[in-house]
Amino acid sequence: MSAQAVKKQAFVRELLGRSDYAIIGEIVEPQTKVLDLGCGEGELLEWLAQTKGVDARGVEISSAKVQRAIARGVSVFQSDIDAGLADYPDYAFDYVILSQTLQETRHPRQVLGEMLRVGRRGIVAFPNFGHWRVRCSMLTSGCAPRTALFPYEWYDSPNIHFLTVHDFENLVALERYKIERRYFLAGRRKVHTLPNLMAEVAVYLVTRE
Amino acid sequence: MIVTANTLHFDSLPLDNGATLAPVDVTYESYGELNAAKSNAILVLHAFSGDAHAAGISPETGQPGWWDNMIGPGKAFDTNKYFVFCSNVLGGCRGTTGPSSINPATGCPYAMSFPVITIGDMVRLQRMLLDALGIPRLLAVTGGSMGGMQALEWAVAHPDRVVAAIPIATTTRHSAQQIAFNEVGRQAIMADPNWDGGSYYGKELPARGLAVARMVGHITYMSDDSMREKFGRRLRGKENFGFDFEVDFEVESYLRYRGSQFVGRFDANSYLYITKAMDYFDLTNGHRSLAVTLEPVQARFLVISFSSDWLYPSYQSQELVRALRSRNCDVAYVELESNYGHDSFLVDVAEQSSLVRGFLASTFEKLS
Repeated sequence: MSAQAVKKQAFVRELLGRSDYAIIGEIVEPQTKVLDLGCGEGELLEWLAQTKGVDARGVEISSAKVQRAIARGVSVFQSDIDAGLADYPDYAFDYVILSQTLQETRHPRQVLGEMLRVGRRGIVAFPNFGHWRVRCSMLTSGCAPRTALFPYEWYDSPNIHFLTVHDFENLVALERYKIERRYFLAGRRKVHTLPNLMAEVAVYLVTRE
Repeated sequence: MIVTANTLHFDSLPLDNGATLAPVDVTYESYGELNAAKSNAILVLHAFSGDAHAAGISPETGQPGWWDNMIGPGKAFDTNKYFVFCSNVLGGCRGTTGPSSINPATGCPYAMSFPVITIGDMVRLQRMLLDALGIPRLLAVTGGSMGGMQALEWAVAHPDRVVAAIPIATTTRHSAQQIAFNEVGRQAIMADPNWDGGSYYGKELPARGLAVARMVGHITYMSDDSMREKFGRRLRGKENFGFDFEVDFEVESYLRYRGSQFVGRFDANSYLYITKAMDYFDLTNGHRSLAVTLEPVQARFLVISFSSDWLYPSYQSQELVRALRSRNCDVAYVELESNYGHDSFLVDVAEQSSLVRGFLASTFEKLS
């Protein structure tokens, strides 16, 4: 195995350490068109392009992150997500990914609607505010919860909308979207019972009905 | 790296205004080697006052090229990997046919009998150069400012011959402000009595007018911040004001120096013709909208603008990016932070380099 291949293996393992990435990799079909909203430095897109041959695009607000994403060969444009999708035609993508970003958007309901306008399917991953550790943290401390998934002080958290598994499913029902698949994760393990209590991260594959 | 310019000769060039220019010379420089598949060619397009000398050291002047910090072995446009070439634009005065060239019909310089040209005409001539060099498709077309306009024209006019486009600090059409600054420059030249209806060749040059035009230009290429940093209110070689109209401030000295230096290397009539071509440039030309114009585009795009560039502000690049996205084109865009104003694409190249390097590598990889 060449030095570069060894490096790539390590990189992928590191990447899959973020459990929702592994699930997203499982969902996305090869040779499709993928848009990642809030794509950071484009690690997920680069990995999807290399392993699945997808046509990978991204949106990111931070200029520094956009630069690093473009430097690694991913087509990313600098914009905020709330405004960034308006220009795309309907169904421009097979998948639109929102990986742990929904809770950071100002208008999550509109963002979901736009996702499912420009994409045939939406993949939404978010940290579950209903996890028992979050509930305990708040109950015992009386302060805004701080856990491994919500590590910020309330005043400098990027999270501006806190949602649980139930909250998300309620919104999906309200909007009459369809959930094609759902995954619940705690660390790298899948959770099968009491997801609203036990899941740290939830991943949904959503379409318009 | 010492580089020499080559000149190719063509019998005629049809122009957008309906006329035909005959004959036409094109001067170009190239760096690196064209590969066997002819798939690694990059056309670099110079800005208003640039020329074919984009990289390396000129044997005549000993000067480095205008984008030497971007083009060369191991640099962003890596000449170990890519064949990079750059030609002087139509209407120019650095080897390619322009108003200072001899009109074979009269034996005298064209002067103001030179036809009014467009960015489209410049690109048509570059396409003839491409054909002559036997290059079927360009891996990339790139340039800043007016070079970016040509890159856009390439992607729209010859979509099957452009794999990727990198327009930098540019626009899809000149705004009123951009036209206004160009008009001040033109009026400064034409107000110089030595301009004499453009027939100054072999006589006293309209040096004052051309220098003033260049001084205005230089102000628009910088920013308030970069001028404050570079000059402030520092006085030039004196401790107190002179109480006269000689040079007091550093900034005055700089502008006068830049103005007088420009006269030695640029033709006043070329200034008129090329700025006119920029002012006429409108990519939407005759179409309902920019998005409709972009319909034939096949290239992927890297669009770059600079935060302090007030001559070609970011909103103009963003208009382009939005139209490309509405066509679902493959487009990467970033506004880079820089204090250097419009000059950023020439001088502040560290971040620009890493963007271009990565974008080109992934484009080249997808191709092979």
